[in-house]
Amino acid sequence: MRLLSTYLIGLVFGVGISISGMANPAKVLNFFDVAGAWDPSLAFVMGGAVVVTFIGYRLVLPRAAPVFGRRFNLPASTIIDARLIGGSALFGIGWGVSGFCPGGALPALGTGRWEVFLFVAAMSAGLWLANVIQSFAASSAAAKT
Amino acid sequence: METVFTPWQSLTGGALIGLAATLLMLGLGRIFGATGVLHGLFSSDASGDRMWRLVLLAGMISGPLLVFMLSGRMPAVQVPVSPLMLGIGGLIVGVGVTFGSGCTSGHGVCGMARLSPRSIVAVLTFMIATAATVYVQRHVIGV
Repeated sequence: MRLLSTYLIGLVFGVGISISGMANPAKVLNFFDVAGAWDPSLAFVMGGAVVVTFIGYRLVLPRAAPVFGRRFNLPASTIIDARLIGGSALFGIGWGVSGFCPGGALPALGTGRWEVFLFVAAMSAGLWLANVIQSFAASSAAAKT
Repeated sequence: METVFTPWQSLTGGALIGLAATLLMLGLGRIFGATGVLHGLFSSDASGDRMWRLVLLAGMISGPLLVFMLSGRMPAVQVPVSPLMLGIGGLIVGVGVTFGSGCTSGHGVCGMARLSPRSIVAVLTFMIATAATVYVQRHVIGV
């Protein structure tokens, strides 16, 4: 039941991404191209998603626990540091270069287009690279102390 | 490449994304973040969490196929950039979302809905960075 529900939730997300235009790099890049071929559609995607989630979370989070779990896993960190800002800036540059973000690209794999597979492979390599950098930084910090 | 303004479709798609985010919190008590999904698949220490992420990913990938079955048309994927740019962009996105701990879904939808200051800073940062990158590419370099 838990896994079936999880699959269906992923499906709802995938359908939402598909009809919203977030899986279409041309549409994504045109949203940011205010000085050129501007297409404001993506503001409606973000607006719709945030408003529904805002209301949804207020209905769900007062519960004692999720349906299939013991507790709600909410990010506890409130630190705004160079890591958060630098990482987000890098993500923005990559998004601007390619037109794909992770949430748009993963469902887009279902279209079978080779461009999506190329992007996701490169993104996975980036994920791996960042993990290597992080563990290297952590071990050299541990070596100093 | 010109694209058609689709306010209703985009709003409906956005509402479905919000519904999925709400249901994942209701069902599993988790933030819906594509970065987290991908991260969980590759990390070795989260073996207990790998299964639901795989299943969630399978559902996400089935999305375009369901749209195809219902409408007879695959969702449009128009790629106005070269394969080299896709590769470079993908690599930068992978590094960025790992250090930034999230992307458009985790920070942009779930974090903003929680009014998390961290997420609001992250979203402002990447929106400005993306817009600046697109501006430089299209109007300064002229790719």
